[in-house]
Amino acid sequence: MELHQLTIHELQELLSRKETSALEITQSIFTRIHAVDDQVRAFITLTEEEALANAREIDKQGEYGRIAGIPLGVKDIFCTRGVKTTCASRILENFVPTYDSTAAGRLFAEKGILAGKLNMDEFAMGSSTEQSAFFPTCNPWNLSRVPGGSSGGSAAAVAADEVPFALGTDTGGSIRQPASFCGVVGLKPTYGRVSRWGVIAYASSLDQVGTFAKDVRDCALVMNIISGKDPLDSTCVDLPVPDYSASLDGNVKGMKIAYPREYFQPGIDSHVQDAIKKALLKYEEMGAVVDEVSLPHSEYALPAYYLVATAEASANLARYDGVRYGLRDFEAANVIDMFSRSRAEGFGAEVKRRIMLGSYALSSGYYDAYYLKALKVRRLIADDFSKVFANFDLIVSPTAPTVAFNIGEQIGDPLTLYMNDILTVPINMAGLPAMSIPCGFHEGMPVGMQLIGPAFGESTLFKAAFAFEQNTDFHTFRPALEVK
Amino acid sequence: MSKDYEVVIGLEVHAELKTESKIFCSCSTAFGAEPNTQVCPVCSGFPGMLPVLNEKAVECAIKTGLALRCEVAEYCKFDRKNYFYPDLPKAYQISQYDLPICIGGYLDIDVEGEKTRVGITRAHLEEDAGKLVHQGDITTTPFSLVDLNRSGVPLLEIVSEPDMRSALQARAYMEKLRSILLFADVSDCKMEEGSLRCDANVSVRPWGQQELGTRAEIKNLNSFRALERAIEYEAKRQMEALEDGELIVQETRTWDEGKGVTRSMRSKEEAHDYRYFPEPDLPPLHIDQDWIDTVRKSMPEMPDQAGQRLMDQYGLSLYDADLITQSPQILKFFDETLALYADAKAVSNWMMGDLTRLLNQNGMEIQDAKVKPALLAEMLQLMADGTISGKMAKTVFEEMFVSGQDPQTIIKEKGLVQISDTDSLLPLIDEIINSNPKVLQDYKNGKEKAFGFFIGQIMKATKGQANPEMVNNLLKERLNRE
Repeated sequence: MELHQLTIHELQELLSRKETSALEITQSIFTRIHAVDDQVRAFITLTEEEALANAREIDKQGEYGRIAGIPLGVKDIFCTRGVKTTCASRILENFVPTYDSTAAGRLFAEKGILAGKLNMDEFAMGSSTEQSAFFPTCNPWNLSRVPGGSSGGSAAAVAADEVPFALGTDTGGSIRQPASFCGVVGLKPTYGRVSRWGVIAYASSLDQVGTFAKDVRDCALVMNIISGKDPLDSTCVDLPVPDYSASLDGNVKGMKIAYPREYFQPGIDSHVQDAIKKALLKYEEMGAVVDEVSLPHSEYALPAYYLVATAEASANLARYDGVRYGLRDFEAANVIDMFSRSRAEGFGAEVKRRIMLGSYALSSGYYDAYYLKALKVRRLIADDFSKVFANFDLIVSPTAPTVAFNIGEQIGDPLTLYMNDILTVPINMAGLPAMSIPCGFHEGMPVGMQLIGPAFGESTLFKAAFAFEQNTDFHTFRPALEVK
Repeated sequence: MSKDYEVVIGLEVHAELKTESKIFCSCSTAFGAEPNTQVCPVCSGFPGMLPVLNEKAVECAIKTGLALRCEVAEYCKFDRKNYFYPDLPKAYQISQYDLPICIGGYLDIDVEGEKTRVGITRAHLEEDAGKLVHQGDITTTPFSLVDLNRSGVPLLEIVSEPDMRSALQARAYMEKLRSILLFADVSDCKMEEGSLRCDANVSVRPWGQQELGTRAEIKNLNSFRALERAIEYEAKRQMEALEDGELIVQETRTWDEGKGVTRSMRSKEEAHDYRYFPEPDLPPLHIDQDWIDTVRKSMPEMPDQAGQRLMDQYGLSLYDADLITQSPQILKFFDETLALYADAKAVSNWMMGDLTRLLNQNGMEIQDAKVKPALLAEMLQLMADGTISGKMAKTVFEEMFVSGQDPQTIIKEKGLVQISDTDSLLPLIDEIINSNPKVLQDYKNGKEKAFGFFIGQIMKATKGQANPEMVNNLLKERLNRE
């Protein structure tokens, strides 16, 4: 095994035994990136020089903590001080923040080394990373397929061994769906578990920061660092953060697992369904109790999501007006013209579509019929989950309806593309934690299983995911990329 | 104003709250700093920034609510008000839409003896926008600069019921509201600095009609005088329009101070659709009864209470009491002076007369004046014991106002001491009468003017220092003996 193939905990062990150095690891990572990223195209920005300098400094200090000296990738939606943060949009193409987002900043404070900023769908709006204003990212398992989205760059980079772990955000499935498509572990924590401060907002009441990792242990380790109260984010909850690593005991005896019948409908690829059903049998083998349940309002989640998310987005993206930073049209005749032309040039088609949808949903005369109705649906969806969690510890479902599809296959049809989120969106609407872990393959592409927990029940997710991982080998497979 | 129409007025007042830092970030709120020196990524709307509510701003809102006899909501929330403008960094203002922090209160006004209770519909918290600096006129400026120092300064918007019926009442409401905000210590209320701003909703209707007429909202009212004049103008304009058979259109108008007219800005059709929706970055605000009770206990005396005290304790008129309770600083000055010199009417007269005139001339507030209560009390004492005359006191007071010196020193330096002893005055009177036999003859012939001539001569000879009352008496006695 080469250094770039290892997990955080494996690297950490080598570091603590002084068998390698931060510099060696970082060099190995950049060697790998240079070897494969021409094909995968996961990175928008590389910070190689700073990373190597950083690694040398950490080696000089010679103390290695939880992630000290270990490189990471960050979705280009996280503001990084002094490093271009584009949100994969022309409008922020040259934006360099003066501040680190809280989540990334906590990793940097633990001496994690930033390798670069990862590609995504523009402003996190998309399910394939084809909506990046710059270039699409390819799925390392099959370069003609999409990596999922919107955090496609993060998922692809971890799957391609370009970084041991990466940060992403999930508003309607943007961590879990790409994790599923790329065969890595991806966690979207409970809304309020991780600070959103410094993360460019798409839909504030749904956005949540999470992480991609090569295995469950790494995922828990990163969550231990980024979780918890942030006085700068009023929606970040002041609850103690349990040691997630402590829940990795592999024991699911007596755990009550539900599978909702609405998540196993004909629209979901039968091979995907089969993989999940096999996984459920595995859980039974391990001593868990598995039963079918109903989440009756599931079918309304997607339309309600596209009202709530776009409404919030229409306000969140209004600040990109060319006045203070970002792209400005200098040919404009007056200020209104400047707003219009800057935004017309700066935003891509999908972003404009969602801003228009959201503005419409909030307009006088339509508010009650659309936005308010969507909020009521949201409550019903949350209630559905609460009822199930009164009797169960965990809900299991497929993460996405299919395995990764071909680049260009769905891009012309927004509604088909939106259906990718049908199994992940309800969880954001309810604010719950959910994780995608590899559980099989179809057409040579990974299949992801979604584990859904009650609010702030991340420990349960880790426990169940780790037990599955210990008894299967899906997480050990890596795509075979041609090395240049 | 007209015998055929009744004017109906409601006011929306924006008060800048007196907090050290902005409502959603820790930038300073101090007025007058260099442009864009009190800004941060939060109040300039940078990507990924989130608001954190300032507790002090909430406390100010609770205080105001209690002072205006509002219900302070146990549960309220924030909303986004969406519109594009270069001085609004996020392109939405965080405000409160359907669930404001204060609901349903009132304040009482008194105009020429007529008492009126004006209802307060609501008061809500919001953030201020920045400001644009144009090169000359907005319509011709080649470019505009944006100053975001004010962006995010906490505001409380206080909305009245349409309970006022004249420009004078509107002015009285505004003055009373200002004094309440000053007493509650929640705002500096400096209209010239924009920390107290006002929009007026004005409509007219035939007397006796129940439903309200179509209203116009008037903006850019930067002083009490502007408020009064703008309402006078607008009411007249609407009445004349109705008389001419025109319809009033619902619109926003701006007050042109120079020309003394209101002009149409935009009609209802052109009005923004603000697309309000709940602010997802701030959880709803719960205010528990304990907090309200704590604030209630800390509430200082309010102007109505203070005014009543002045009337009961010192027998002041309502008019004087209203003047003294315009601000807590004026009241404090009065109370402190009165503690040293017990004639309330005299203290009130001097404060509302010479002191107010000098403050206005110099554009100063009472708390900035060099003349302090102790000095005024001492001067009044010197007047009462005859050391100086009323006329001298005016000179002394002006000098105290300029230099802050004590009256004794001023009297000495200017040689202002009044001559009040008979032994010095009588010889002088004799001398003046003896050297003006012709005038004495005139006096004997009944010419009243002659008496005035003697007084004038005596005052001249003493450089105005003779006690006028005493000169008057002594001269009369002396002349009667002739």
